[in-house]
Amino acid sequence: MHRAIEAIWRIEAPKVIAGLARMVRDIGIAEDLAQDALVAALEQWPREGVPPKPGAWLMTTAKHRALDWLRRNQMMDRKHEDLAYEMQLRESSVPDIHAEGDEIDDDLLRLIFVACHPALPEEARVALTLRLLGGLTTGEIARAYLLSEATLAQRIVRAKRILAQRRVPFEVPTGTELKDRLSSVLGVIYLIFNEGYAASAGDRWIRPDLCQEALRLGRTLAQLMPSESEVHALLALMELQASRFKARVNGEGEPVLLLEQNRSHWDHLLIDRGLRGLELVEKLGGAEGIYALQAAIAACHARARLAEQTDWARIAELYRSLMEVAPSPVVQLNQAMALGMAEGPAAGLAIVEEIASEASLANYHRLSSVRGDLLFRLGRFTEARAEFERAASLTQNARERQLLLSRADSCAERGETAAGGPVVH
Amino acid sequence: MRVMVVVKASKKSESGALPDTKILTEMGKYNEELAKAGILLAGEALQPTSKAARVKFTGDKRSVVDGPFAETKELIAGFWLWQVRSMDEAKQWALRCPKPHDEDTEIEIRPLFEAADFGENFTPELQQQEQRIRNQVAGKK
Repeated sequence: MHRAIEAIWRIEAPKVIAGLARMVRDIGIAEDLAQDALVAALEQWPREGVPPKPGAWLMTTAKHRALDWLRRNQMMDRKHEDLAYEMQLRESSVPDIHAEGDEIDDDLLRLIFVACHPALPEEARVALTLRLLGGLTTGEIARAYLLSEATLAQRIVRAKRILAQRRVPFEVPTGTELKDRLSSVLGVIYLIFNEGYAASAGDRWIRPDLCQEALRLGRTLAQLMPSESEVHALLALMELQASRFKARVNGEGEPVLLLEQNRSHWDHLLIDRGLRGLELVEKLGGAEGIYALQAAIAACHARARLAEQTDWARIAELYRSLMEVAPSPVVQLNQAMALGMAEGPAAGLAIVEEIASEASLANYHRLSSVRGDLLFRLGRFTEARAEFERAASLTQNARERQLLLSRADSCAERGETAAGGPVVH
Repeated sequence: MRVMVVVKASKKSESGALPDTKILTEMGKYNEELAKAGILLAGEALQPTSKAARVKFTGDKRSVVDGPFAETKELIAGFWLWQVRSMDEAKQWALRCPKPHDEDTEIEIRPLFEAADFGENFTPELQQQEQRIRNQVAGKK
């Protein structure tokens, strides 16, 4: 019974909190009142059985509590009076959850936007989102981020305080504000995903759950905002990346590079979903969005049954577009690598040289390994060796270090060819 | 974890008749709820077994048998794939499903095997075999 109630709570809590937040205009109070409803359920349901519509029961119970709270704090207004009267009339019958469907959706969307408000530090947005929308306990979130429960609890308390102090309205932003606020929401979801995706250390049970939470939130958001192409794009990106999870780690638990992965271990259900999502993005005219471009790149890999069949020209083109909307040295490096595959090493090297002196890439092992590979393919073995050795000294991954050192060795075995070209250093 | 949720058949679903408008509408709303909850991965309705075929394995022999098939209670009419946090969550969602048929029926919830589940029984040989099958499936796409 207790597990059933817990499962029901995980399903219903976000909607209940959202509905309350609209009434009381305070996330903290909303969560407390929602908890009261849960306590009531834990007391009554074991005795009377789980009601046929547990979600509606929780919502109704919570709203009664909210009206009591409003009355006590003399914050009742006309709308609340009307609601109280309506609820009294409906007392004997269970409210039709479908009739209230749109209202619940709107409230849920408002909650998502408030939890991801830019006034909050990013880590607070993540914590609040996982707590209010993911239904994770403070303990679960703390373990996922390798923090103490106390630290996490403080972070959430502070977040609620900031929202109250800034009187952040419980609204879905519109117009020009929507783009930035949506960008913040998508950023939080993708951040949660990446925390789970990068899992190579830490408690294995929690990390994959973070990815699944992010995917779930992405799917929910795609239903609530069906005409926003970047929402579908982020979801497609996450599903395509998640499709490779099983292939990312080998039998010894070591990370496997994308191009070396066993593609029969890729999840084709997720690839299908991702590709369909991308089609929707294109139909909505959002192909040039930041997440759309990244999803399109992921799709290029997903479509190639073998690494050799990868459409590198298209990937290079997509990175070029990405450079226009979200330029960064890492994106440029990826562009260089793709160009090197599509048009030959000289073309790739030209791009690498442009970013070679970027301070932010000074200790980035991939810059050296990509450069080394391009130089190697141009027959410039002495320079390539230096780059591979440098990359090996910078990487944290033992197996990758081994690979890079053996590549350096194979450079040493060959001499300079006549077509080596000018020595750059 | 992932679960496959199977809707069993009924006399009516086997007859090829479309479900009542009421059931269709309610199922539509239910699918919307599943999608909004972010747990719906896939879902399909299956045609009646009059369109189906079976391959029977008798000793070393194989034979094809065309439908329709009897034992309506054992036949399936549709399925979902859900991404859920636990079997408890799956059960709660299944409890919310509109009654799929006018007659009494069942929905079955089956958790999928994840690779880690196979443990010691999943010998290297079996792993290779599974890999070959996945290769072939991937090759068909």
